[in-house]
Amino acid sequence: MKISRWAVAALALTAPAIAFAQTAVNPKYTWLTFAVFAGIIGITMYITYLAAKRTKTAADFYAAGGGISGIQNGWAIAGDYLSAASFLGIAGLISLNGYDGFMYSVGWLVAYITVLLVIAEPCRNIGKYTMADILAFRNDPKTVRTFMAISTITVSTFYLTAQMVGGGVLVKTLIGIDYEVSVITVGVLMLAYVVFGGMVATTYVQIIKAVLLVIASLTMVALVWGQYGFSLPGFLEAAVADPNIQARVATMLGDASKNLTATELGQRFLEPGLLFKNPIDQVSLGMALVLGTAGLPHILMRFFTVPTAQAARKSVIWAMAIIGGFYVLTLFMGLGAAMKVGPPNITAIDKGGNMAAPLLAQYLGGGQDSMLGNLMLAFVAAVAFATIVAVVAGLVLAAASAMSHDLWVGVIKGDKATSDEEVRAARICSVIVGIIAIVIGILAQGQNVAHLVALAFAVAASANLPVILLTLYWKKCNTAGVVAGLVVGTVTAIGLVLVSPNMTYPKAVTAAAKKVVDAAPARIAKLEGDLAAATDAAAKEKFGKALAGAKKDLATNTATLKKFEGQTTSLVGLEKPLFELRNPGLISIPAGFLAVILFSLMFSDKRALETWDELYVRSNTGLGRASAAKH
Amino acid sequence: MAPQTLNWSAIESDARFKELHSRKSVFLWGLMAFSVAYYFALPLGAAYFTDIFKIKVWGPINVGLLFALSEFIVAWGIAFVYARKAAEFDAMADAINRDAASIGA
Repeated sequence: MKISRWAVAALALTAPAIAFAQTAVNPKYTWLTFAVFAGIIGITMYITYLAAKRTKTAADFYAAGGGISGIQNGWAIAGDYLSAASFLGIAGLISLNGYDGFMYSVGWLVAYITVLLVIAEPCRNIGKYTMADILAFRNDPKTVRTFMAISTITVSTFYLTAQMVGGGVLVKTLIGIDYEVSVITVGVLMLAYVVFGGMVATTYVQIIKAVLLVIASLTMVALVWGQYGFSLPGFLEAAVADPNIQARVATMLGDASKNLTATELGQRFLEPGLLFKNPIDQVSLGMALVLGTAGLPHILMRFFTVPTAQAARKSVIWAMAIIGGFYVLTLFMGLGAAMKVGPPNITAIDKGGNMAAPLLAQYLGGGQDSMLGNLMLAFVAAVAFATIVAVVAGLVLAAASAMSHDLWVGVIKGDKATSDEEVRAARICSVIVGIIAIVIGILAQGQNVAHLVALAFAVAASANLPVILLTLYWKKCNTAGVVAGLVVGTVTAIGLVLVSPNMTYPKAVTAAAKKVVDAAPARIAKLEGDLAAATDAAAKEKFGKALAGAKKDLATNTATLKKFEGQTTSLVGLEKPLFELRNPGLISIPAGFLAVILFSLMFSDKRALETWDELYVRSNTGLGRASAAKH
Repeated sequence: MAPQTLNWSAIESDARFKELHSRKSVFLWGLMAFSVAYYFALPLGAAYFTDIFKIKVWGPINVGLLFALSEFIVAWGIAFVYARKAAEFDAMADAINRDAASIGA
């Protein structure tokens, strides 16, 4: 049961505390997972060492000297974008909810159409290292740099917190390493990549991770789909006829499932409506995805690493092929996991379904006790770990660049810093952001952070995208409009989430918990009676299990009541949500656009109008960019 | 070709730039509007036309699954169409770039 000291040392941890809960990896084979982890970390560290030698100027640090090719950047974008949430989360959603999970994945790909058509190439032609560079072209540089940097840091921090917390939980669930230890490990590794290797190392870590992810997914899909001769109707027929899936639908539908035949239950898994009940919320989320991706600083920043607008275009097309192909594969992984592993086994380890893909890998390799099964699981776990590190590295680099390039060099130093000074500042800022990320990660342990990713997209779509888009495409856009758009977009998005059903409302929670606690004595007494009356072993086991479940329910709900004792209102003092949608985009995105338009019209600005011709010609032709791309 | 010697407003009002601008705008924003409309048809269709989504077409494969899969095909199709069209825009931009120094000089 013990993890060897050597394996722990390989992760460069000091004095680790290792706790065992129910984990996906069989404890007998934990060493195998560590070996695969160590291999991947070793390779990426070597690349960082090589990259560090090449990282000399500010352009190297922020944008890999513009020397990344379109194809490489496409893989890196995919690596940056396919976070643990999409890699493990969507496969899990499909394994537990069927069709709705697959439908959810679509918006994440469609988002790239916006990036491809209206954002990637103009940004490449106008910007240098950060999003604020684009705004500073026409607007008052110091003002817009300050506000855009704050917005960049806000969006990146929301995303970062979700990744750190999600990553810590994930590593703990997979192999049982303590939460704090895995958060610190992720943080330290990511800092090594970013601080020493800058954008070059970050890019290669993202490429390696994306390649590993695709290999892992293709292998799993080949193994699970191959069992049905790679026939799509054959595979889906097996899913419809599968008892695990039928049982899952019956549980989800409850009484409504009574009149359905087994096949009808299975077919229901391939129909919409098991998970999503509010289409307006879906549209609101879709708007945040389709407009927010193009406003994510760490994604936009990737377009500064390629030499030309053509390469930027090529990289988005590659990214769309990889990301889209991956989501199609998740359909097979999700349904495969539902059939082969079964929803109860998936939720036993993680309620959200995140363990669907890792458990499927274990099953396909030969099961929980086999060497090959655990090797495959180790590989998937290592990919998941590399995913967190790669995504976090991209986020930290984006936030640190905004701090050093926009706030320190642009605002404080008045654009007068040598390349050496700027690189030093960028490294210091990376360390600061990295430490903040680790601290937030540890403090936020146990918090529900799932909505933070959606919030990051909502702020990006409501604040960042309107100001970038209108600066690039609307002649009258100016500083006043940009500042108003950033403030209104951010405040509206965050404000609406604070009064939405995403927050915890103690009154509702305690009412639900109280109901369970009140009903518990009668339920336990009845089950005890049933257990005593049971004669055969099967019935005894069934009632025994139910009794244990009932007792556990009572304990959790009593704990919940205690936790919220005396509280009646949410964080912002509400008893129930003011705003019914979980995703604020539907309101906050139009608010952001409107603010830019109104304030631009109210405060006209001569400089913004005068620079319009130059910006518009540059963004459409790439003129004046050629010299900058050569360093 | 140092950028500061270029006459940006002359290039902006050059006939070739106007042509590039109008063709690009119509093409890109048209494609954008189509892709957004096609995308939102999926969650709205799933919610309000559930019975159509449930119609089985080929074995257990229903309209909803085909529609969801078609979203991927359409997204890739848009990328493909744009990649081909963009070569045309690139050529137009190159022609302007070659003469940039002399426009309005």
